[in-house]
Amino acid sequence: MRRLVQWFLAVFTAAMVLLYLSERLNEMEGYAGGNTITVYNWGDYIDPKLIQAFEKKTGIKVIYQTFDSNEAMMAKIAQGGTTFDVAVPSEYAISKMKEEGLLVPLDHSKLPNLKYIDPRFLNLSFDPNNRYSVPYFWGTVGIVYNRKMLGGKSITSWNDLWSRDLRNQILLVDGAREVIGMGLNSLHYSLNDTNKAHLQQAKKKLDALMPNVKAIVGDEIKLLLANEEAAIGVVWSGDAAEIISENDHLDYVVPKEGSNLWFDNMVIPKTAKNIKGAHEFINFMLDPKNAAKNAEYVGYSTPNKKALDYLPKEITNDKRFYPDFDSIGHLEVYKNLGKRMLAYYNELFLEFKMHRK
Amino acid sequence: MMKAMKSNVRNAYLIPYALWIILFVVAPILLILYYSFFDIEGKWTFENYEKFLTPIYLKMTLNSFWYAFLITLFSLLVAYPTAYLLTKTKHKQLWLLLIILPTWVNLLLKVYAFLGIFGTFGLANAILKTIGIGAKQILFTDFSFIFVSVYIFIPFMVLPIFNALEELNPSLIDAARDLGASAWTTFRRVVFPLTLSGVKAGCQAVFIPSLSLFMITRLIAGNRVITLGTAIEEHFLVTQDWGMGATIAVFLMLAMAVIVGMTGSRKRGK
Amino acid sequence: MKKHRTWANLYLIVVFIILYMPIFYLMYYSFNSGGTMHNFKTFTWEWYQEVFHDDRLLIIVLNTLVIALLSAAISTVVGVMGALAIYYVKTWRVKNALLALNNVLIVSPDVIIGASFLILFTIAGVKLGFISVLLSHIAFSVPIVVLMVLPKLEEMSPTLIDAARDLGASQWHMLSKVILPFITPGVFAGFFMALTYSLDDFAVTFFVTGNGFSTLSVEIYSRARQGISLSINALSTLLFLFTALLVVGYYFISQKSSRLYGIGGRK
Repeated sequence: MRRLVQWFLAVFTAAMVLLYLSERLNEMEGYAGGNTITVYNWGDYIDPKLIQAFEKKTGIKVIYQTFDSNEAMMAKIAQGGTTFDVAVPSEYAISKMKEEGLLVPLDHSKLPNLKYIDPRFLNLSFDPNNRYSVPYFWGTVGIVYNRKMLGGKSITSWNDLWSRDLRNQILLVDGAREVIGMGLNSLHYSLNDTNKAHLQQAKKKLDALMPNVKAIVGDEIKLLLANEEAAIGVVWSGDAAEIISENDHLDYVVPKEGSNLWFDNMVIPKTAKNIKGAHEFINFMLDPKNAAKNAEYVGYSTPNKKALDYLPKEITNDKRFYPDFDSIGHLEVYKNLGKRMLAYYNELFLEFKMHRK
Repeated sequence: MMKAMKSNVRNAYLIPYALWIILFVVAPILLILYYSFFDIEGKWTFENYEKFLTPIYLKMTLNSFWYAFLITLFSLLVAYPTAYLLTKTKHKQLWLLLIILPTWVNLLLKVYAFLGIFGTFGLANAILKTIGIGAKQILFTDFSFIFVSVYIFIPFMVLPIFNALEELNPSLIDAARDLGASAWTTFRRVVFPLTLSGVKAGCQAVFIPSLSLFMITRLIAGNRVITLGTAIEEHFLVTQDWGMGATIAVFLMLAMAVIVGMTGSRKRGK
Repeated sequence: MKKHRTWANLYLIVVFIILYMPIFYLMYYSFNSGGTMHNFKTFTWEWYQEVFHDDRLLIIVLNTLVIALLSAAISTVVGVMGALAIYYVKTWRVKNALLALNNVLIVSPDVIIGASFLILFTIAGVKLGFISVLLSHIAFSVPIVVLMVLPKLEEMSPTLIDAARDLGASQWHMLSKVILPFITPGVFAGFFMALTYSLDDFAVTFFVTGNGFSTLSVEIYSRARQGISLSINALSTLLFLFTALLVVGYYFISQKSSRLYGIGGRK
């Protein structure tokens, strides 16, 4: 009995001491004061040096928190017990958040740097006149392949993946719209197709791909491809840029049948407490020099036209990641298909995963 | 008078625990039951239950039970001898702590380490090559999935078995040996039956969570293994079809109730 | 007989090697200047220096430890009470019903627990952060403590309690002098299990945390998106060595003192 009591007292004391230490550290860092903003972003999706620069310039302390999916982020914001001031959702999430009234309209007069954004990326269908959002990064979905492992052969289309030589060589990203979309594109249907017969056809075609599929994975796909665990991966362009820089044998292609064009955007959620600070932060990130620094760190393509001047030529001239206007005309942006249709996509994807070789 | 006092004291134990049950068990169960009757557009429906009874979800359920069974079986096969031999060592409490210690290192990090170890150019294949078997695909197979799951669950199996073995009265074993029983017979007739409560606790602590494993189904099995847990995670986080996710959860809870009922302490016969 | 022991030791050694293999793997690469968990380049202390310069990471480590210790201690107390409550119930139907309720949180996938707690906290108006995370960790650790303590209670021979009662022991006396000492190993097992659950948990915390509060596993998960930085390996190495030292140290100190006072030495 005495031993138990002693033990528990010791544990409580230790916890209290640690709690005190953590509070002190928090104070020292200035997180406990009033002038802060909370930024809610994808993991490692910003250059940490920029946060420091912003804190120094404005005196506003940044609390940086991360999410791993648009859905998790929306659940947190809808819950209301949080105080996020800036968030970075993808385009389809923005139309959903708009519908549910989770966003605060932006005050464009406080965002003078908006003028540096390439007009191509403004006034898009998911947010007319950029009332709620400002582009952050953009990119495509495509195929990374290992020239050495494929014996010098190159890949140009989705249909190349069905080749018999590629048995157990393909890694797919764990996303229903990406994978079903790949099936649809390979049949020359739209990525936003809602015809169930077409979708069934795409699912049938994907089942035939299963013998070639080694695994369906998440972010670790980058590590696996860089380590030559498989010859081919279906990935987002920014991830591709990152792994190509690690392994010289890799190359990236946007398949000729078509693919997805996506945008991540900065918004102010309705939970914001410091709306003025949030505008300052967004404007700071839109500054061409800062945008260029960020793009260099993160590896994704920046929509900031002026920022391209500050980036090394070998980055901005890389047609794989900064393609010309006309070459991406056939790419499609995901539309919000509605909950029911999305559930159908996910169901098909689940069936595809359950399909045994 | 005495009796009333006693029951008062007994009720005093009950208060915090009952509070916990009401707030964190009953309330969530009711919430989940409630959600399971709504479709994705928020309409009241039985559709989710109909959907669960289609081949795809039944297959998934069978899969989950099969893998959970294998994981429990292998965990037991590894953990029982480990626990048994640990009780024979000199610093047994220390060794036991050292069995638990690895679980305090973040799971995701360990899983990443396994990605490296089991990879095509990893440690495991290097060993296979040197002993002449040659490189094999280990990652994204049933083997790697079960291996890593067993790895995760072993401490949870060892601990209750170890405790049960510790409680065993050594004179019973001596008596059995004196009566001429072989080591094996002693184990089968005396040791194992007397540690059954620990084995049961261990099996519960392993079988039940392994029904709903996720994350490693993706990282280690490359989504080749789909368990009920994976499906629930998808429905809650990706599809946002909370109704369907809740329905699967209801079935999982029913399954759990059945398992506990089967392994429960009916043996006392009271 | 001698041969028997060698085989036994060999078996234990293999088990320990496998248990520690991934951890040594992590430690090894925490010294890799290459920055990844493959292709060891040259030896470096770089990642360890990074850990000590990252104040945010240190705050998160402290948070994680506070949550783990507090939730383990509180859930152990609640869990022991729960186990006693279940033990005192005589009808096995009620007992099994209680056990089933107890086990609900163990069977429920973390995602469901997280989601339902999130809804619960919303209804109750609890702000997301330290308190919500602590409450959740206590909540999901209680059942495992019950499961660890209950078998101990059931092994206790009823005659022991009857004897104590015949001798006129009060309820409190019986609890502190007879029952608790007997179930102490189970209580410690429960405490360590609760600690383990708390340190390991990612999914539940992920749902119920907010407002800048974070624990190590959530932080690691969100950093994993760009490939885990080796500073996380370095941090884990340090934490691991620290706990290992603590555990071994605690063991030998308690051994020594119990020998001095002659209370230890069970059997």
